[in-house]
Amino acid sequence: MEILISILVFGLLASGFGALLGYASVRFKVEGDPLVEQIDALLPQTQCGQCGYPGCKPYADAVANGEAINKCAPGGDDTIKKIADLMGVEVQPLDENHSVDNTPKVAFVIEEDCIGCTKCIQACPVDAITGAAKVMHTIIADECTGCDLCVDPCPVDCIIMIPIKQTPETWQWDLQSIDVVQID
Amino acid sequence: MDSVLERINKNHFWKFPGGIHPPEQKFLTNDKPIKNLRLPKELILPLKQHIGNGGELLVKTGDKVLKGQALTRSDNPMSVPIHAPTSGTISAIKNSIIAHPSGMSELCVFLTPDGQETWVARNIVENFYSLSKKNIVEKIADAGIAGMGGAGFPTSIKVNTSPGLKYLIINAAECEPYITADDLLIREHSSAIINGIDILNHLLEPEIILIGIEDNKPQAIAALQAASQKNDKIKVCVLPTKYPTGGEKQLIQALTGQEVPSGVLPLSLGVVVQNIATVFSISEAIINDIPLLRRVVTVTGQALQKPQNVWALIGTPIQHLVEQCGFNETEQQRVIMGGPLMGFALPTLQVPVVKTTNCILAPTNIEISPASKELECIRCGQCSDACPSSLLPQELQWQAKAKEFDKLEELNLFDCIECGACAYVCPSQIPLVQYYRVAKAEIRHNRVQDFKADRAKLRFEARKVRLEKEKVAREEKHQKALAARKAAAKTSEGQANNSAIAAALARVKAKKAQGGEAETTGIDSSVDGGDVKSRAAQAIARAKAKKAAQQTTSTPVTVESDSKSQAAAAIARVKAKKLAKEQAAQAASEITEEIVKPEVAKSKVAKSKTAEPEVVKLSPADEKKAKAKAAVAKAKAKKLAKEQAAKAVTEITEEAVKPEIAKSKAAKSKVAKSKVAEPETAEPEVVKLSPADEKKAKAKAAVAKAKAKKLAKEQAAQAASEITEETVKPEVAKPKAAKSKVAEPETAEPETAEPEIAKLSPADEKKAKIAKAITKAKANKSSVSKPSSSISDDDKKKKISAAISKAKAKKATATINKEESE
Amino acid sequence: MTFWIASSPHNHIKAATPSLMRFVIMAAIPGVFAQWYFFGWGTIVQIALAILFAVLAEITFLAIRDKNIKSQITDFSAVLTGLLIGISVPSLAPWWITAIGSIFAIGVVKQLYGGLGFNLFNPAMAAYVLLLISFPLQMTSWQPVNSLLVDDISFFNNLWLVLTGYTWEGFSVEQIRMSVDGITMATPLDTLKTDLTLGLTVNESFANPVFGEFIGLGWEWVNIGFLLGGLLLIAKKAIDWVIPASFLGSLLIFSFIAYTISPDSSASTMFHWLSGGTMLGAFFILTDPVSAATTKKGRVLYAALAALLVYLIRKFGGYPDAIAFAVLLCNMAVPLIDQYCRPRTYGHKGVN
Repeated sequence: MEILISILVFGLLASGFGALLGYASVRFKVEGDPLVEQIDALLPQTQCGQCGYPGCKPYADAVANGEAINKCAPGGDDTIKKIADLMGVEVQPLDENHSVDNTPKVAFVIEEDCIGCTKCIQACPVDAITGAAKVMHTIIADECTGCDLCVDPCPVDCIIMIPIKQTPETWQWDLQSIDVVQID
Repeated sequence: MDSVLERINKNHFWKFPGGIHPPEQKFLTNDKPIKNLRLPKELILPLKQHIGNGGELLVKTGDKVLKGQALTRSDNPMSVPIHAPTSGTISAIKNSIIAHPSGMSELCVFLTPDGQETWVARNIVENFYSLSKKNIVEKIADAGIAGMGGAGFPTSIKVNTSPGLKYLIINAAECEPYITADDLLIREHSSAIINGIDILNHLLEPEIILIGIEDNKPQAIAALQAASQKNDKIKVCVLPTKYPTGGEKQLIQALTGQEVPSGVLPLSLGVVVQNIATVFSISEAIINDIPLLRRVVTVTGQALQKPQNVWALIGTPIQHLVEQCGFNETEQQRVIMGGPLMGFALPTLQVPVVKTTNCILAPTNIEISPASKELECIRCGQCSDACPSSLLPQELQWQAKAKEFDKLEELNLFDCIECGACAYVCPSQIPLVQYYRVAKAEIRHNRVQDFKADRAKLRFEARKVRLEKEKVAREEKHQKALAARKAAAKTSEGQANNSAIAAALARVKAKKAQGGEAETTGIDSSVDGGDVKSRAAQAIARAKAKKAAQQTTSTPVTVESDSKSQAAAAIARVKAKKLAKEQAAQAASEITEEIVKPEVAKSKVAKSKTAEPEVVKLSPADEKKAKAKAAVAKAKAKKLAKEQAAKAVTEITEEAVKPEIAKSKAAKSKVAKSKVAEPETAEPEVVKLSPADEKKAKAKAAVAKAKAKKLAKEQAAQAASEITEETVKPEVAKPKAAKSKVAEPETAEPETAEPEIAKLSPADEKKAKIAKAITKAKANKSSVSKPSSSISDDDKKKKISAAISKAKAKKATATINKEESE
Repeated sequence: MTFWIASSPHNHIKAATPSLMRFVIMAAIPGVFAQWYFFGWGTIVQIALAILFAVLAEITFLAIRDKNIKSQITDFSAVLTGLLIGISVPSLAPWWITAIGSIFAIGVVKQLYGGLGFNLFNPAMAAYVLLLISFPLQMTSWQPVNSLLVDDISFFNNLWLVLTGYTWEGFSVEQIRMSVDGITMATPLDTLKTDLTLGLTVNESFANPVFGEFIGLGWEWVNIGFLLGGLLLIAKKAIDWVIPASFLGSLLIFSFIAYTISPDSSASTMFHWLSGGTMLGAFFILTDPVSAATTKKGRVLYAALAALLVYLIRKFGGYPDAIAFAVLLCNMAVPLIDQYCRPRTYGHKGVN
């Protein structure tokens, strides 16, 4: 008899809590960002395709579906760490196939060489190149993500990637980097 | 307000939290008058000496300028002009290290004084009340006055507010140790300061003017009280000495009991704070029409024999200042611009005094010991006790070390005024402020990055949408066209008279063709309806360029246009460039390629010479074509260079076949030489040949050259096969030599020239070999056979050939000599 | 000419963590002196042992963790921990008690948590609690003050007692602890607690010779010694006055409330202040910066909470003294306290 009572009590308790939990999960459901959106938000949006995907969103998609998280070269270790945090996986070093030097750069058209072929305009993922056929093109430096996708299509190699120069305003308080001038 | 006034009248002020009492060390300099310095040899004037933007330059190197003359013009309110502090000559305008903690360079004007001190025309205003307020603000802006306390905010913006302030606060607290510049300025120029206050009073019409001064400056307090007696709006408020009373927010809190809300300017409380040195400059600018040319700088520290306050011209190198004060450099010497708590160490003494420089501190190591190694934080909390902003420095430090930027912002990192009180008291010697600065810089950087990423994302998505739309539109067009064609076919069956429809159809087709073409090449179809053929030609050329870039096959250039001179020049230029690049990159191929280098350099020179005059002669249409050619050539060159690079490794392994390689190289070098020589000859040719002929000839030359180049490369790479070829060469070369001779005179006859070249165009090996042979023969025989062969030609041709061969011979010997010497 | 680049502020107050630690050690001297005076050489022997083992443990663990031993050992934090353990351990406790305490304090509580600055708990108190729970007999065998002993114990005998458990003459600790009238002596707090549970009133309990004339013979002076040292620390700004003030004030309030409710079963404030480890706790243990709260408000709360716990445990708990337990419990609460006691930043409306 006692056994029955205890089974009954625990059975009731279990079903009660189960119902409560079930209700809570429906009632308090958090409509968070879908994972893809969250990953996409962490990516640097250079749309460079160095990961092997045509843009940041497709890579975010792939990561959400189990692609390695260490393929974003422009984002570097910081981005990998953030994605690892988000996904709850181990931080991995940047994939060697995708590791390039990721100093911030901006594309620049050597104007006298430009033949106005518009190939770079088509290559630019963020429409940061202006120009029309047979007239010189130029790059909107502020919009350039430094993805260097325009460099290869150029038939006359008139696009170069210039590292963004540091100015006193963008300087990051790295006192070690100041070379002290040695006079005499 | 009343209670505030009451408290002020009773000299009973508020307290701000935290604060420290570092040793003041003001005795070093506060007992000596302000000294006037000799003129330095050179003044360095950074264009930007304050927060905001630099002005627009008005002078150029070599200009003579007068004292007080504006050197830059401010084109927006956030930029402030600079002036020549003395008369002299602009000796240079270049980048130089500026007074900034980064030790980076920015554009500076270098002024060599002439010692005359000749003023520009000045307009002294006895009674400033006669000036309009707008006029006064303009004068302040033109005088280049920016806050002289530290940050350097343009003063004209600060004073350009609607009148009716509550408080005008004059900051004379000078709370940092060592600095006595304001102290001395007040003592010596109190009346001018009061004039400046009157001007601000006139301009801002505050309810009350408070001068905040610390109680460690009794003489200055007395001077101010004496001078301000006649104006009862002015209250000299003596505050207890505590660092950082002189901080703008802290001073407002101490004097009025109010806090400036985070992220807004004090103006929102009806408060304007001006530094007392700025007030003095305003008085000078309005009354005496003297722009901001000099300021008081405390030159102090025990590494100096005679520490003293000095009148330093803006732009005076620090070297000059410290030398005048008896600088003895000590071990691990630091020279600090600003005070010991907020100043920054200078990397060199060539940094100039700027508008915000109030102190130069050269301490000895005993006086201010260098930073010792930081220990672990023991959470003693002394930092939070010292923080005037009531932050939690120790928590900020942990989060900064862990790069938890969100947490840092939650902890109000951006309310930190970087006063250094926390780091001053830290028993573990943790450079807290440095951590905050790095974190702040990184957060700002991240914000910019995030902003950019968002924009990039938007643009990327917009682009995707656009491409999608275009695709749909294109498909629609195709569909329509198809439907139209079908309809046309149907109607043609049914109707006898369909000429009108046919015409329409033709129109549609033409249009479509045009559109399609535009799409494939990315050109909008608004090509002027001129020469349809030339357009087509261009398109073809471009398409070919594309092909060339994509395929490694060496389809020679189709010569259908008749002006290729520019192309030739471009080819050579690009090739040379490419080669040089590749060589530098591939150490492996260096050995063999060393031979080619000098010629590359030469060809560059030669080509650039020839290219210029020709450019003038070409018609626009020609130019376009030439450019297309250049593109093709470049693409080819690119491919070739790549191939070569790839093969370079095998080359090394083939060291055993070196003699052969060497030979082939020799041949190659000769090819190159001949190439080099040709462009030089182009100039005389230009004169003699008819334009058409000339162009043809050049095109030929270009084609041949390109081929020669490529083939030479191939030879170099395929050294093994070369051996066998070498044996055949004499036989092949001779007939080919003859052929090549034929080819040259042919340049005069366009009709035959074209098929000739066209014959070469297929990429099959046989043809390639012929071409190779041609060039080789040219190269090998140029010095010997050319003159003889050209004799048979007519006079004109002979002359040309002679010139060519002469030039070639010259070149060849020159390069050979060079090679040998190398 | 080479210049040195450094971050501002370039100036620095001369205070440094090692000297701060040294000063705290010095300030403990009056209390230690009183303890020596009333409880004999055992105290000194224990302190010496504790410091020795603490330093040895610190060196060992720093070596294991591959840290710079010299710079970290010279910060004197291990010595201070050892000192506090030595003071807390009964003077006649066997040597291995002290050794275990010191090694546990340094090795587990401090170094396993990441070394100086990262330990969540006060190492000395955590070690004390470990010892108290593991070895209750040895840890409560405080000898009565010297004047109540049959014979004085010489330094040598004391050392021998600590090392072997017997004096040279062969007396055991238990025999030593016998008073003149043959009763085993406990500490005043212990005695009071036992008496109260036996149904005696406070006044009746105070008849016991351990209480002496005032509060607790010897103990009151030891506490006064630590109070003196603590005041010195405050005067020299080595510790924040807020914690001791809040602690003692709260203790006063709680004991006063209890006393007014039930004078018979509650000891006076003075008794609470001057017995057990109250003063040591107030000035030397609660003020340990690493494990204490860091915000001003937080410190007030932290110390008041400690006082409440001390009082509750002393009154209702199973152990006679409660400083160690209270400190550990408060240490646990520190992150929470700090989280909710953040000061209002300049220019901000409220605490965020």
